[in-house]
Amino acid sequence: MTRRIRYYVPAIAVFVGVLGLWELVVRAFGIQQFLLPPPSAITAAFVEHFDELMTVGGNTLFEAIGGLVIGGVAALVVAFATARWVTASRALLPFAIAANSVPIIAFAPIMNNWFGILNPLSKMMVVAVLVFFPIMINTLRGLTFVDQASLELMRSYAASELAIFAKVRIPNALPYIFTAVKVSATLSLIGAIVAEYFGGSRSVLGQFIITEAAFFRFANAWAAIVVASAVSIAFFLIIVAIERVAIPWHASARIAESS
Amino acid sequence: MSDAVVRLRGVDKVFGTGADKTPALQKIDLEIPKGAFVSLIGPSGCGKSTLLRLIGDLTQPSTGIVEVNGKTAHRARLDRDYGMVFQAPVLFDWRTVQGNVELPLEVSAKNGSARADRAKAMLALVELTGFERRYPWQLSGGMQQRVAIARALSIEPAILLMDEPFGALDEMTRERLNLELLRIWQQTGTTIVFVTHSIPEAVFLSTHVAVMSARPGRIIELIPVDLPQPRNDLTREDERYFGFITRVRERLRGHEMGRPGAAEVAAS
Repeated sequence: MTRRIRYYVPAIAVFVGVLGLWELVVRAFGIQQFLLPPPSAITAAFVEHFDELMTVGGNTLFEAIGGLVIGGVAALVVAFATARWVTASRALLPFAIAANSVPIIAFAPIMNNWFGILNPLSKMMVVAVLVFFPIMINTLRGLTFVDQASLELMRSYAASELAIFAKVRIPNALPYIFTAVKVSATLSLIGAIVAEYFGGSRSVLGQFIITEAAFFRFANAWAAIVVASAVSIAFFLIIVAIERVAIPWHASARIAESS
Repeated sequence: MSDAVVRLRGVDKVFGTGADKTPALQKIDLEIPKGAFVSLIGPSGCGKSTLLRLIGDLTQPSTGIVEVNGKTAHRARLDRDYGMVFQAPVLFDWRTVQGNVELPLEVSAKNGSARADRAKAMLALVELTGFERRYPWQLSGGMQQRVAIARALSIEPAILLMDEPFGALDEMTRERLNLELLRIWQQTGTTIVFVTHSIPEAVFLSTHVAVMSARPGRIIELIPVDLPQPRNDLTREDERYFGFITRVRERLRGHEMGRPGAAEVAAS
């Protein structure tokens, strides 16, 4: 336990140091609040608006999780369906990679139009489209990039395609899927907040930030950014925790265990 | 020979088509009697692994016939007559040692409790009792290869195909596993076809050594090794053991010198 604490000491020291320096610089140079509020002002704003921040943070998280579930399930279904047919997945993969490079966030106004600007579903759909491609591509890779010797071994047992799928391809894909979901967790919050900037319910992080900034209450806007960051990091860590439990045999979990 | 487990007649194997055509194996005739331990030895690239894969129906001959237990190799594979061991253990990281050994039994739809008992018996055979709940990556290379052997034997294969199974291990581990393999062979009576590039290993283990030429691979001679059974550490000090080693070595070298150009192919 003490080793654990000692492990985190440098990171905590850096964090505290940066905050201290920030506070010091803002005060020493008399930087205006609307340019950069000091950490003390942001903390005060956070405490003052705690209830409202929790409500808007929760609403945004709901959109992010909803979008991740919709996009993730769709990605898994498409990947599993096409991995069975090599030609289908080969035909699909270049398009998926190209689509992955498209700035999906540009579709946010379209989604508002399709699903209703006040309906959280319009934000979820932006997130869903955003996370769909990374999860689908990674799952497809995990299902198809299988060690040749493993496949020969299964063939030597006269294993059916279904048995190979269940016993080799899916376990092989799990680490790929978790990697994609971890990336997508962060992505889903970015997607939700940016989609909120395009209008909709006022009780969400994106709208809170826009409104407070418009009224020059920058400490409040910064407090909301802190909440967004904390939610995003927590979301990521929850998925890391699930990964450790679900695939303890994977190399990344093994290293963590021995350190 | 009527009791041949494996019978190859006039087998050729050509890789590629058109201008890229490379003959890998040429006019292979081979009969392996039941219970034999046959090693395939030859210069690298001579097609000994290809020959093993042909017997196991992991690749098909360009011409000729491969029969196993009086059936086509394909039929034999569907009947689960084979146990395969590769140079890499090819164990699944997500399964325990026990789970890996049970894998072929699961695929052949053996029921649960019989499966667990059989896997335990096979792990006892390779002396890994007590490691059932470990994961492959927690074991040494030699132990992993023993798990692979236990897995291959779990379905009671009529024939065990081994492709340089100890090639990646250190000398000490290899010698110990050689002895273990001989003990397992005598206990189970399984026919074994064993690919190796080590002459002493081939002589020590085998009842027959098939000496192969450089590409395109042909069987130059099938040398019966009638050293007394069971073999043990003393066998390695037997004068006749060295006699067989010399004979295999001369057969390999003599053939290369006899055919101009063959030595370069072997070296490449």
